[in-house]
Amino acid sequence: MQVQSYFSSLDNLDGELSTLNLGPTHPATHGIFQNVLKMDGERIVSAEPTIGYIHRAFEKIAERRPYNQITPLTDRMNYCSSPINNMGWHMTVEKLIQCELPKRAEYMRVIIMELARVSDHLVCNSVIGVDTGALTGFTYMFQERERIYEMFEEVCGSRLTTNIGRIGGMERDFTPRFHKLFRDFMATFPARFEEFNNLLERNRIFMDRTIGAGPISAERALAYGFTGPNLRAAGVDYDVRVMTPYSAYNDFEFDIPVGKDGDTYDRFMVRQEEIRQSLRIITQAYNNLPEGPYHADVPDFYLPEKPDVYTKMEALIYHFKVVMQETPIPVGEVYHCVEAGNGELGFYLISDGGRTPYRLHFRRPCFIYYQAYPEMVRGSMLSDAILTMSSMNVIAGELDA
Amino acid sequence: MHFTMNLNNDIVLAAIERRFPGAILAHSTPYGMLTLETTRENILEMMRFVKEDPELQAGFLTTLCAIQYPNNPGREMGMIYHLHSLVHNFRFRIKVFFPIADPTIASMTALWPAANWMERQEYDFFGVQFIGHPDLRRILNVDDLDVFPMRKEYRMEDGTRTDKDDRFFGRDGHEGREFD
Repeated sequence: MQVQSYFSSLDNLDGELSTLNLGPTHPATHGIFQNVLKMDGERIVSAEPTIGYIHRAFEKIAERRPYNQITPLTDRMNYCSSPINNMGWHMTVEKLIQCELPKRAEYMRVIIMELARVSDHLVCNSVIGVDTGALTGFTYMFQERERIYEMFEEVCGSRLTTNIGRIGGMERDFTPRFHKLFRDFMATFPARFEEFNNLLERNRIFMDRTIGAGPISAERALAYGFTGPNLRAAGVDYDVRVMTPYSAYNDFEFDIPVGKDGDTYDRFMVRQEEIRQSLRIITQAYNNLPEGPYHADVPDFYLPEKPDVYTKMEALIYHFKVVMQETPIPVGEVYHCVEAGNGELGFYLISDGGRTPYRLHFRRPCFIYYQAYPEMVRGSMLSDAILTMSSMNVIAGELDA
Repeated sequence: MHFTMNLNNDIVLAAIERRFPGAILAHSTPYGMLTLETTRENILEMMRFVKEDPELQAGFLTTLCAIQYPNNPGREMGMIYHLHSLVHNFRFRIKVFFPIADPTIASMTALWPAANWMERQEYDFFGVQFIGHPDLRRILNVDDLDVFPMRKEYRMEDGTRTDKDDRFFGRDGHEGREFD
């Protein structure tokens, strides 16, 4: 509060403001965005963000891509948790074509999406540590993230931009190696995570640096369209997984942690607790993983088994139709949203019956909430502004689409 | 906090109809979501109403986006707003259409600061002019770009290609091709 009123009196201004160009490629911003700061000494008077450095026109490209080719575009938005983007998109199409998934596919998706959330939060929170001067936790947690990526590799063949799953379910079942990696991870990760937690949570230096840095009230956060951990840190318990349950989230028990002050420390703490809750969900989903098929029977969208394509006429026909986009698409419009790593990721799809979307609009959570950044850092020190930015989990790929 | 009643499509439609008689040009519920169409004259007051009305409390602007239908004369451009009443967990959308020759509409920045960048993005993509926006500049594309790239007249591919027109995407092909 004291910080906010710093400029209420002109006495604090010594009359010499300097302009500081932070970015576009500043190591402390963890991505390509620029802020032109007006500084009074080390205090920020105003900030003018410039974004768009990695704009790739996904909404335009999507109008010329058949539905299955849009999945790799969604990878490249929030690339810290690509599987959530992929599956959010698959679910949007499944809603349009009114396709029901078998329980096993839903549970597999939940496991993958929650693993992605864990890795997303690990990156964000360990980077907050780095920006306060604590590098060690980051090196520990990146080893854990590596293990999650190895699991993704087993499920889809890639690590960062995953293109995981398919319209209608998963591309393949969990492999024996996945089960081994998964069990190893679940056995050792919680203790290592608590070790990381203990390095920071009650660390006096960390607390002094983060408590009160970049606060936002619940009211302002809602007005700015905040969602995800940033909104929950301000005290609003809005979580898409609970409010508009998708996949199988109805089947699991988990808590929604909320903060109070909406500052960097609360954002950190909310993410820490969400990792524990994600582990709860993963455990429930894995222990109750139903038997059965891992994809729905939607031959118009889901590629047949490759050996069948060579031996069965029907499989060959469907293979051809899926690859050559000879698939009838219903006319209609759907909005579907998922709880991504950093908030409500929405897909607004308008189909005119063509093979590609007539219009596809992405609600990108960090694009919407990053505009509050100048307000959040006004009057604070430059070093707090760096921390505030890393704690907001702004992902350049999603910001710029 | 009090939970008066759970909203449904009929209650919301009736509440808006009561406050703005005759202002709802059309309504439907594609895939269950209430979708209203209104006019440019009414949109700002209607948004203010749904945001501040104690019954609806649709105070969360989920997203907004522009859309273009080149073959609808006088209604080529559109704006689509997604609203969310967090208290009632109810979502709906409002659409407005207007001519591309006069692509102006009231800005929502007076109601939600979140609309600032969202509207800048739609200006950048489609050239919609938001009246009352405090800082209507491009946001994702370079400042000196002289087109609005999301408009349908700008094709994704090299214009000389003949294997990538709309016929190959399940459309009859007149859309977009008239600009070749």
